[in-house]
Amino acid sequence: MLKAENKIFKNLYNNYGWEIDDAIRRDDWKDTKNIISKGREWIINEVKISELRGRGGAGFSTGLKWSFSPKKVGSRPHYLIINADESEPGTCKDRDILRFEPQKLIEGCLIAGYAVNAHTCYIYIRGEYFNEGKRLQEAINQAYKKNFLGKNACGSGWDFDIHIHYGAGAYICGEETALLESIEGNKGQPRLKPPFPALVGLYGCPTIVNNVETIAVVPTILRRGGKWFASLGKPKNTGTKIFCISGNVNSPCNVEEEMGIPLKELIEKHAGGVIGGWENLQAVIPGGSSMPLLTKKICDTITMDFDTLIENKSGLGTAGIVVINKDQDIVACMARIARFYKHESCGQCTPCREGAGWMWRILDRVVKRKATFADIDLLSDVTKQIEGHTICAFGEGSAWPVQGLLRHFRKEIESRCREEPLIKKKTNNPYLVDQHLLENKNA
Amino acid sequence: MSLKKVHDDQPDSFEFSDENLKKAEEILSRYPKENKKSAVMPFLYLAQKQNNNWIPLSAMKYIANLLSMPYISVYEVATFYTMYNLAPVGKHFIQVCTTTPCLIRGADKIVKLCKEKISSSENELSKKGSCSWMEVECLGACVNGPMIQVNDDYYEDLDEKNTVKILDSLINDKPLKPGSYRGRKNTAPEKKQQVNGENHA
Repeated sequence: MLKAENKIFKNLYNNYGWEIDDAIRRDDWKDTKNIISKGREWIINEVKISELRGRGGAGFSTGLKWSFSPKKVGSRPHYLIINADESEPGTCKDRDILRFEPQKLIEGCLIAGYAVNAHTCYIYIRGEYFNEGKRLQEAINQAYKKNFLGKNACGSGWDFDIHIHYGAGAYICGEETALLESIEGNKGQPRLKPPFPALVGLYGCPTIVNNVETIAVVPTILRRGGKWFASLGKPKNTGTKIFCISGNVNSPCNVEEEMGIPLKELIEKHAGGVIGGWENLQAVIPGGSSMPLLTKKICDTITMDFDTLIENKSGLGTAGIVVINKDQDIVACMARIARFYKHESCGQCTPCREGAGWMWRILDRVVKRKATFADIDLLSDVTKQIEGHTICAFGEGSAWPVQGLLRHFRKEIESRCREEPLIKKKTNNPYLVDQHLLENKNA
Repeated sequence: MSLKKVHDDQPDSFEFSDENLKKAEEILSRYPKENKKSAVMPFLYLAQKQNNNWIPLSAMKYIANLLSMPYISVYEVATFYTMYNLAPVGKHFIQVCTTTPCLIRGADKIVKLCKEKISSSENELSKKGSCSWMEVECLGACVNGPMIQVNDDYYEDLDEKNTVKILDSLINDKPLKPGSYRGRKNTAPEKKQQVNGENHA
């Protein structure tokens, strides 16, 4: 269990106040000038030593990402973008950071902005988080008042400005290139990569896009040293992480814990256990809705980190844990997720646009017990047709949960299906002749 | 991709109020001068706020002129994003999160209550015209589910009893306070306690 002194987000539940003076009392903005004066190389290197992996879902090394940014500023300015478009079902960690630890994020923006040569930072908040955005704006204003932002920010000699840009309810804008399109004033439809945003991003300029949590932990890492962060968790899966535990648990909550904590410990210690006891557990979605679910047998022993979950054909994603117990209809739960993806597909690539709806309709038929056995193979086929055939990872995100369901709960699905209807028996019927008329002698 | 219908009864013209013009200027200053187009989303929000929470076509044309971009591009943006309402909504616009984490905790019961109390189908004004409701996808407060959003505010940790109270208060135009309805502090874990006559974690 994570020791209190190693917690990064001490004010996760707003027990100590969010305003800048409270934050300073919790050691935010301490030695920031000093950290920046050590230079870009040192900052990026220290982040690399910490082995911090992006908290937005993909788990890419943050230090490495920053090092892709061109070393010298050419004719085009650099941008830093913070992705606060948190819309993954099961995930609500960034909301708490925006509300209660905004100064950590703002300080992280300044340091990251300096490290990647950016003078301007846009924070892209989802439109539904209107109050959280207002809070963040207040926090930014407070930071400006103390000269932590603006010209010669924090006495570092670096000019730095932060602007907030609201999204408007599109899940796809959490994808980094769709987010850039959205800031540019277009529909949020992802771009083809390469070129990667690090070279050609916002307005065609070099751009680094990071998740809120990733940036918010950076100041603490630099103050306490990359080695300290790397000593927490497991090798290659270091540090702490905010887990959001929702669904059928006695006490749903957000909690910061070490990476690599056993899932069972996480649920039993922090979330008050599964409703009806551990034996009543049916499945767990470990990392937001786009990650395949895990069965109880896997949940008994699994630890929560990027690599272990990938070995088990799932992923840590955003660490939004959705617990589903045996009182729930697992197919209905996954059908609802399929409906989410059908609703949120941006419509750019045909396999995703058509396939997402297709998956939902088949799963809906299974829930209503109207599906046939052939539908199961069709469903499996559709997921394979989407996966890998789209511009962005949304295709995988929509196909994987369904594949997980098929992998672990195929029997459950089969028990709700029936044989093909009679109409299939004779295939050489003339067009538009009703089967039941042919079979019924009295017709 | 959202399917939205543009309202039949459109006003002839739209202009930003003086106050919003000032705000618009401030918004434009956030983006590089040659990328005025970036301001289209904040401008649509301004228009929506000024026009009783929905965007008429004339507002899109006005914004297109203001940002010197084609009208169709503004239309594209306004129809792509789900939070821009293209038809009138209630003064109290209730959005019920029904994605899996909330569904597991009983969001379907809240939908049922909305159907009973407000209107039988989504996006339909209530009898007195002050409320409308719709199902939405994940609102990002999963550990506080089930929850609803009324205009800008989140009402969290709901059950049937207090949802009825909240809906009644909205219908009577005296909205209750937003926040958790189980008396918990934000997203912190709870100790076991008695709430509404039932045991809660």
